Amino acid sequence: MSILITSETKFIIQGITGREAVNLTRENLDYGSKIVGGVTPGRSGRDVYGVPVYDCVRDVVEKHGAVEGSIVSVPPGFTRDAVFEAIENGVKTIVVVTENIPRKEVAQMVELANLRGARIIGPNCLGIISPDEAKMGGMGGPAANTRQAYKKGNIGVMSRSGGMTTEIASTLTAAGLGQSTCVSIGGDAIVGTTYAELMPLFEADPETEAIVIYSEPGGRMEAELAEWVKENDSRLPIVAFMAGRFMDEMQGMRFGHAGTIVEGKEDTTAEKIARMEASGISVAERIEEIPALIQKRLAEKGK
Amino acid sequence: MRFYEYESKALFERHRMPLNTRRTVSSASEAREAAAEIGCPVVVKSQVLSGGRMKAGAVKFAKTPDEAASYYDEILPIEVNGETARSILIETMSPIAQEYFVSVTWDGRRKAPVVLFSDMGGIDIEEVAEKHPEHVSKTHFSTIFPLTPRIAKEAIGKVGVSGRDLNRMTPIVFELMKIFLEYDLTLAEINPLARLEDGSFCVLDGHIDLEAEARGKHKKLLAELGIGEDETRQARPPTEFEIAGRKVNDVDHRGVAGNVVEFDGNLGLIIGAGGGSLTLFDAVRNHGGKPANYCEIGGNPSVSKACELTKLILSKPGVEKIAVMMNVVSNTRVDIVARGVVKGCIESGKDPAKVISIFRIPGAWEDEGFKILEKYGVEYCDRSVSMYDAAGRAVAKLGA
Repeated sequence: MSILITSETKFIIQGITGREAVNLTRENLDYGSKIVGGVTPGRSGRDVYGVPVYDCVRDVVEKHGAVEGSIVSVPPGFTRDAVFEAIENGVKTIVVVTENIPRKEVAQMVELANLRGARIIGPNCLGIISPDEAKMGGMGGPAANTRQAYKKGNIGVMSRSGGMTTEIASTLTAAGLGQSTCVSIGGDAIVGTTYAELMPLFEADPETEAIVIYSEPGGRMEAELAEWVKENDSRLPIVAFMAGRFMDEMQGMRFGHAGTIVEGKEDTTAEKIARMEASGISVAERIEEIPALIQKRLAEKGK
Repeated sequence: MRFYEYESKALFERHRMPLNTRRTVSSASEAREAAAEIGCPVVVKSQVLSGGRMKAGAVKFAKTPDEAASYYDEILPIEVNGETARSILIETMSPIAQEYFVSVTWDGRRKAPVVLFSDMGGIDIEEVAEKHPEHVSKTHFSTIFPLTPRIAKEAIGKVGVSGRDLNRMTPIVFELMKIFLEYDLTLAEINPLARLEDGSFCVLDGHIDLEAEARGKHKKLLAELGIGEDETRQARPPTEFEIAGRKVNDVDHRGVAGNVVEFDGNLGLIIGAGGGSLTLFDAVRNHGGKPANYCEIGGNPSVSKACELTKLILSKPGVEKIAVMMNVVSNTRVDIVARGVVKGCIESGKDPAKVISIFRIPGAWEDEGFKILEKYGVEYCDRSVSMYDAAGRAVAKLGA
């Protein structure tokens, strides 16, 4: 099993005729994903690698029946509208790849998604991959490269960096640890789905036995995860990697992602590491320590 | 990006917020004239972006125009957290009966905007929240339903304010919420919001932070407030090197080679992407290395972009070698980066084999990339060498 996406998940790509989206279409099809249609207003009747293009989401749904997911890859000024369109046409899992979307618009997308029972992954993310099943987004790049880095297995991965998701998966794979599902949750100050919000899904997935997270300065997501772990007596051991430790000394400077800035004490890596460790999350100093830490934690549980 | 107090107040004024009469001045004689015109006593305030002006002695109360002029000279050179005044604000001094605090910001956990209100204004709100939680209210509101004054009323009422004060403050708090959403702000704060002795209310100080992503949407406002397009309003102004870095990124639209931040070390870094750069910068420092810069490449930058970035970093005084490192890449082509970096070295008159201490970018098109590096004798490694160990090799070469 896996979470959020399997080889059976029917999804669409909004903005499919854009340069990046054309690449995504090909990479996702090659990896085994089921893309039923694409949307670009005014381009209906064309196709991208055999995927039919429509003017709006409603037309895809009319033609192909209910659509479970969508990758939104449109310019920042059009993203909110595209996400609203997907939600109002019954799409439940929406991966927003686009970056540089103002927070207000992200909050609006999330609010509507919550009202309609939909879930947003991102923005500013590379999406979701359930290795050897399907992927929804740019994780791992071309299918051959993706197969090299990601292998099916029992580790769930959640990351604020798309690129580092592949680095971590590749390190796990090299150590013989496959992955159930890897989610690039996005690097913005407000993201559709946080670590803590994905935990119940991993918790309910019988294949997932442990979790790895990649984390950065800024925001309260790690604190939220630490609280969740304490309150829910999670069965899943978690290993975290914290990047950007040098930023603790550089208040007010933004590095990396939009949400990566130290403005107060709670934003610092020192504070986040302390909180996570207090809740029983193991924090790795280097990426290459992650597999051994996972194996140690699993051995403690008799697995 | 943060606004100065005088800019925040200019925006508040457009929204008919109650404000004192005030002038922004840039000489002692202007300060004297302004004080005479407004009428003493006046407040003389340094215009800086960081907090803690009062503690630093950069806010004074003048009883006469001459006093205002001498305070101008006194305050102007004072550094507040390393920052000197952009100008000085002269403002009527009002007789205050009580101070309130109101702030609108984003709650990343709730993914919604939140109004914070307190009847203990003027002091550090985090301290109030800790010691007197019943004096601080926190009220979230919708970003998709029409904004109406009820949230403002609830926010004020929750701390026990009622009667005429509640009714007089509600439109001010409501207006602040509207401003927050209308201009894509990340912070809209009034502290203090004062009730004067005559029972009226007045905005004494305000903070506004506009989201960097929304600058393009609000160009007109920024131009009207006199905020230049080149003003980053980060914790410190950009250096020449960083400004040059931005130009490299504007060479073409293919990929990113930007976010260059200057440091004073001897190891130039061509690193990426967002998360990879943070990880690698930590790794270099853990090995005792001294980075000359931070940067981020990604999204498949063109050969010319990678080349120009390399040249810029190699031109920085004190840079002895460069390290080219990324996490396993998804959509950046290894061969294009390799070609760009090698070209940049040669065009700088350096031998790539000597000046590139390590090249560690695994992923798409790596075989083609590695071939180029072999040809020029550059040391490279694939994903079997960790990011941490690659950084270690780069640092070790500088020591040798």
